[in-house]
Amino acid sequence: MSFSRPLSKLTLFAAIALVSAAGAASAQSATEIQLSYKDKKFDPAEISAPANTPIVIKLKNLDAKAMEFESKTLKVEKVVAGSTDATINVRAQKPGRYEFFDEYNEKVARGALVVK
Amino acid sequence: MIAALIIVFREVFEAGLIIGIVLAVTRTVPHRNGWIAGGVLAGVLAACLVAVFAGALSNLFAGMGQEVFNAAILALAVVMLTWHNVWMARHGKELAGELRAAGQAVVTGEKSLLALAIVVGVAVLREGSEVVLFLYGVLATGSDTTWGVALGGFAGLVLGALVCWLTYVGLLRIPPRALFTTTTVLIALLAAGMAAQATAFLERANWLTALDSVVWDSSWLLSDSSLLGKALHTLIGYTDQPTAMQLTVYLAILAVTFVLMRLYGAPAKTATPAPAE
Repeated sequence: MSFSRPLSKLTLFAAIALVSAAGAASAQSATEIQLSYKDKKFDPAEISAPANTPIVIKLKNLDAKAMEFESKTLKVEKVVAGSTDATINVRAQKPGRYEFFDEYNEKVARGALVVK
Repeated sequence: MIAALIIVFREVFEAGLIIGIVLAVTRTVPHRNGWIAGGVLAGVLAACLVAVFAGALSNLFAGMGQEVFNAAILALAVVMLTWHNVWMARHGKELAGELRAAGQAVVTGEKSLLALAIVVGVAVLREGSEVVLFLYGVLATGSDTTWGVALGGFAGLVLGALVCWLTYVGLLRIPPRALFTTTTVLIALLAAGMAAQATAFLERANWLTALDSVVWDSSWLLSDSSLLGKALHTLIGYTDQPTAMQLTVYLAILAVTFVLMRLYGAPAKTATPAPAE
């Protein structure tokens, strides 16, 4: 994308940052968490991950229906078709409790990610 | 029923705002209703297709198909909005003036309408596929709440249409002279906001890792999942935790729009022959 062509300084800055960030990202391995969803329930309902490292949630939707994994605090939103798996990338987080839910069943289908 | 209403309304809200703006922008262009209706219809059909192939779409690009697809259609909308603004900088006066009925203005006017119809289609498609999946899931179960959900869904859709109408009527209250400037600014901000959203999708797909630190967190002040936050999210791209890359892209789009409008905007009052595109 050549959005910033007139802003050559900015582009250069971005390019340098890209290279350095790529190096940093490979050094920092992500925490992978397995999660499954069935009958409006997440299993496990509470998952945990270390702080300040990227997190990858591998979600198995065991229902035949589609669901939408969403977390307002984690800034993720992803449609998971019935009986399929999905990979959800979560950026490194500060310690805290982050709730997530199935947007189609927001009241009952809830879980949380605890970052320590 | 209320849950269905809320879910559907939340999804169509954004499309409602965008269509309202597009209707106001094109108020003087002939045949605009057909183009915009076509955009909505194409968006609905595409949303159904995306819903049917949701699983297959997700599996593309190592499980990041949805994110990449969203980023791509948002980028398409950004290009169309920017192109529209640049085009209007050149031809806007002709279109609003006496030449409005002239053949040339109608032909070029339709070119701009195509761009905006695509923007409308993208807006409907993005949120529409989620509505389709939700409603399909409920209808497929065939429980006794089906009718309630269908009714709630319909009410949500009506509310979305109301948002669209209010946006349109609200914008038309602005005096014609100021309206052109207002919609130009609105469209530039809309494009910049969409570009920042596309950036967020690429960040989630791990395609963009540069400048990914969060610059500020204003969720305590205005959460972007609240109704006002969501409206501002659509209109000006407000995000309560923007990354440095999102801000960079946002400002870059505004800068590019400004520069292009300066470069290609026609200073002449008379109809200058448009260069080949």
